[in-house]
Amino acid sequence: MTAPLVVFFVLAALAVIGAVSLILQKHPIHSALSLIVVMIALAGLYLLLGAEFVAAVQIIVYGGAIMVLFVFVIMLLNAGIEEHTSISKMAGVPGLLLVVALAGFVAATIARSTESIQATSQTGEMASTLGISNMIFKDFVYPFELTSFLILVAVLGATVLAQREKS
Amino acid sequence: MVPTNYYVILSAVLFGLGVFAFIFKRNIITIFMSIELMLNAVNLAFVAFSQALGKLDGQVFVLFVIVVAAAEAAVGLGIIILIARNRQTLNVERVNLLKL
Amino acid sequence: MNSLLSANAELIITVVKIVLLLFIVLTVNAYLTWFERKVVAHMQSRWGPHRVGPHGLLQPLADGVKFLFKEDPTPAGADKFVYYLAPLLALALALTGLALIPFGPDPIRLFGHDIYLGIAPPDVNIGILALFAITAMGVYGVALAGWSSNSKYPLLGGLRSSAQMISYELALTMSVVGVLLMAGSFNLKKIIEAQALHPEWGLFGWNVWPQILGFFCFFIAAVAETNRVPFDLPEAESELVAGFHTEYASFKFAMFFIAEYTSMITVSCLCSIMFFGGWLSPFPASWTFAHYLPSAILIPFGLWVIWDGIRYETLFGRIILPGLGTAFVAMGAAFVLLPDVNDFIQAPFWLLSKILVFLFVYVWMRGTLPRFRYDQLMAFGWKLLLPLSIVNVIVTSFVILAKMTWWGAK
Repeated sequence: MTAPLVVFFVLAALAVIGAVSLILQKHPIHSALSLIVVMIALAGLYLLLGAEFVAAVQIIVYGGAIMVLFVFVIMLLNAGIEEHTSISKMAGVPGLLLVVALAGFVAATIARSTESIQATSQTGEMASTLGISNMIFKDFVYPFELTSFLILVAVLGATVLAQREKS
Repeated sequence: MVPTNYYVILSAVLFGLGVFAFIFKRNIITIFMSIELMLNAVNLAFVAFSQALGKLDGQVFVLFVIVVAAAEAAVGLGIIILIARNRQTLNVERVNLLKL
Repeated sequence: MNSLLSANAELIITVVKIVLLLFIVLTVNAYLTWFERKVVAHMQSRWGPHRVGPHGLLQPLADGVKFLFKEDPTPAGADKFVYYLAPLLALALALTGLALIPFGPDPIRLFGHDIYLGIAPPDVNIGILALFAITAMGVYGVALAGWSSNSKYPLLGGLRSSAQMISYELALTMSVVGVLLMAGSFNLKKIIEAQALHPEWGLFGWNVWPQILGFFCFFIAAVAETNRVPFDLPEAESELVAGFHTEYASFKFAMFFIAEYTSMITVSCLCSIMFFGGWLSPFPASWTFAHYLPSAILIPFGLWVIWDGIRYETLFGRIILPGLGTAFVAMGAAFVLLPDVNDFIQAPFWLLSKILVFLFVYVWMRGTLPRFRYDQLMAFGWKLLLPLSIVNVIVTSFVILAKMTWWGAK
């Protein structure tokens, strides 16, 4: 049981517990807090994989901006405890079976795959940030500019959608 | 060294949990959060394969996924606010005006 | 026992450093409150705390005891888990930010292990990005505190405060990009080394001269981020009854308090490291007599404390103050007599003095400036500060590109 393996199991357990807690909690704000725990656990896993820039961006953007947006909306809309009707309980049982089948199938296929990919030690020669910035601004510069356009469209859309009615 | 299989199995489990939350929960905002959980699971698989293959393409794609998820969350939450204002409820079963 | 110790030496060293840093930071926080009350009082032509202990030096202790023994009610209908989580989160995040700051470049060599000044190792490649990640998560403490109190003033205060923090976070991150472009790395140690390229220029090699716009944007955004005057409308007493921490009493309120002062300290550290050369001396490197400056400050200060203490009114003061003064004189004398120690403490001394100057500027602003109104605050953040920081990034990139292509070496 080497140290990276122990850290992996701790973070993986944290992520799974957070995801299960998202399902089992009754109040949306507790679900949001569980999702934040999942994101922090995933950021830890990215650090374990040597992707330090992605880990930092995950916490800053996902944990510090997107989830704050969720928490704001839950507070503003005064979301209460959610009720479960008979339809949702009926959907729960086949849903559980389906999900176990799907995830189990994927997991079993991967676990049984004979040609395991030889993991190289860290992500190679360049440091993660330098390599990523080289790729974004040289090979992927067109998608990068498109995403800035996408964000502009999203900002405009959200502003228009959330306005009050002008009556 | 943690084998890549472990990361991908964890990603599959998280994705499955996200799908189950999507089917089972009734609050619109929680359903939206399960979509974010599924996106995160996929991001984990990308980064795990990026480390296994020694190339940085996976991490660059993860950055783009995060950006797209942010834009989608902004617009989606705007729509949710509108639904909540119009139907006065956050229960997704009550938004059923188009039902037969 | 010996083999167990040496096998886990790194872990034990780190744990000891964490405990030491926690102790020092909490004490500095307590005396920062004393410092703030004294300075604001003197700016308002009054004395501030001067009865509890000599010159009011035991006032923080009295405040701490008060916080521990006060009644701690929980509002009815409050969400218990989130109510207890919010101050914990705020305090934990504020204290974690301090772990990433290096306090000196050279390690101490002890028992065959190199002990660096600062908890994180000096080669954290994403130093400043991780600090911004921790700051970004700090919004939750405020928002969740406001919401979980089940009361309208905290909810409004919490929402306004977190909206303010998010708005100024953008300007904060963009204003630092100029420094990062010039240094070429997120690593805090490399940022300081990039300012030491010309040791003969002394303080003219610091980042504040080329990045003066970035410095002002960063400092103003940081003041707004830590919810201090003049941006503290959401928690001001005359406005929203104390805002998001209205319903928090005694120790939980103390946790928010400590979190705010610790973020002040972290921001002062960041300002000094990124714009003012961190642990670099303002004097040119050839002025080696400047190495005696710590002693030149400590010895006269200690002598003055002794002289003031001998004539103090209470007996307790007449014992403690000369003792304190003697300690300062002894430290100053030790630095003069031991040149190795003197060379070692140059770096932390300069960093700590710059941090102290920034803390004084924070307190000075509190005693002097009136508050912003909330809509003025948001307009200032989005319409002035963010465009200015973006302009700073653009101009810096153009200058660096010009240096690379036309003027030869980078």
